[in-house]
Amino acid sequence: MINDIIAIFHDYWLLLLIGQYPNGPLGGLANTLILSALSIALAFPLSILLALARLSRWPFLRWPVTVLVYVTRGVPLLMLILWSYFLVPLLTGADVPSFVTMLTTLVVYQAAFLSEVVRAGIVALGHGQMEAAKALGHGYFGAMRFVILPQALYNMIPSILSTFVSTIKDTTLGYVINVPDLTFAASQVNNQLLTQPFQVFLILAVIYYAICWSLTHVAYRLERQITRRRAGLNGVRPAAVIAPVKIISEQL
Amino acid sequence: MTGFDLSAILTNPEFVAMLLHGIEMTFIIAIGSWTLAMTLAILLLALRFSPGRFGNAFVAGYVSYHRNVPTLVQLMLWYFGIFTLLPDWLTSWLASHNAEAIFAIIGLGLCQAAYFSEDLRSGLRSVSPGQMEAARALGHGYLSAMRFVMMPQGVRNALPPLINHSVSLFKNSSLGVVIGASELTHAVKEIENLSFRTFEIYLIGTVLYLFFSLLIMAGGAYVSMRADPATRARA
Repeated sequence: MINDIIAIFHDYWLLLLIGQYPNGPLGGLANTLILSALSIALAFPLSILLALARLSRWPFLRWPVTVLVYVTRGVPLLMLILWSYFLVPLLTGADVPSFVTMLTTLVVYQAAFLSEVVRAGIVALGHGQMEAAKALGHGYFGAMRFVILPQALYNMIPSILSTFVSTIKDTTLGYVINVPDLTFAASQVNNQLLTQPFQVFLILAVIYYAICWSLTHVAYRLERQITRRRAGLNGVRPAAVIAPVKIISEQL
Repeated sequence: MTGFDLSAILTNPEFVAMLLHGIEMTFIIAIGSWTLAMTLAILLLALRFSPGRFGNAFVAGYVSYHRNVPTLVQLMLWYFGIFTLLPDWLTSWLASHNAEAIFAIIGLGLCQAAYFSEDLRSGLRSVSPGQMEAARALGHGYLSAMRFVMMPQGVRNALPPLINHSVSLFKNSSLGVVIGASELTHAVKEIENLSFRTFEIYLIGTVLYLFFSLLIMAGGAYVSMRADPATRARA
């Protein structure tokens, strides 16, 4: 069993890492990571806008975003992927690669989840910050830009990292629309070997575990550091246990 | 294909039967894996609180694996991997008893047990240790103190994440389609292939999922309200 696993890894590590890259589209682990990083990079600014819209005084901004957040919370990601697979080519009128379809879905999905995190971060700061900023002569956007968001986003760094982890896990669903990612590469390996599915999928699970575990660990370390800094305990050993900020993220 | 027409699907008895079967299967998978997950979560919790390093390390490893490996990969490992390693008699028995649904229940249930046990653990940890000491001082044994004093408070604290994770579990039942379980998403895709009314059937599927998710959230909110002594008096 162990020998089989080592042999498979030895023969197919390049396929698992970059897919069929020089001779075909980039795939494998590299594509999984690029897809996740791009999704978060695009979802993050969008999520700030969504959070501001949800906290807005105007119902015509608040309502559509509230509906969007509830729909993404209540509908399986798989269903949203099917929607994009159907709608994105229809709306753009072009033959869209599955990578772009998946990216679109993940951006909308993660932006909706992250917007809840951003909103919680802003609400947690309290009214005083906004009032003080306004008293000092900032307008709404000035206050947001220079006072509220820098604090809220800094406190959110661990949550963003854990959203990144769940995005990596979400990219596996691209399998249903043939996005050439790590899962896709593993199933290609499985189709070539045919006789050792357990070994192949075990390797797949171990790779995902290694990546997600390390990132979760980093998020946890950062969270503790930030909690301590917020409590004004940087460089001091905490006397009592400080309640950690809850990492909010969707699991998949 | 003509314009938007929901009735083309909703008045076709064959499609309605497929949808109903899909909903039934989704519920079988969701409820089956929820029950499995909750049972396992309580066992894991007991193991975690019991003395001895081994049990603790086992639970920590279990939780870590199930939280850091994508659920889809876990399902694939079960259905494509472990299924083939089982002895022949078991394989044939499973194959004749809807193996896809059984593995969806096992895979999702084992995965969700990790989340549920962590929710319960953090709920219990937020109950002050003084409660336990007070219960013991009043003559409760360990199990009885757990049963009558610690658990009722701990579960109440754990309700919000438990409800969120129950909704996720319901949504994750859609992953069954990848290993071929004939649940709602599967029915939606089948009807799409037969009717070519992609927009209509996706809309129906989405509305169904959304309806049941919101129902679970609302049910959870009601249970939380009933469980909270502050609001129970008024309810």
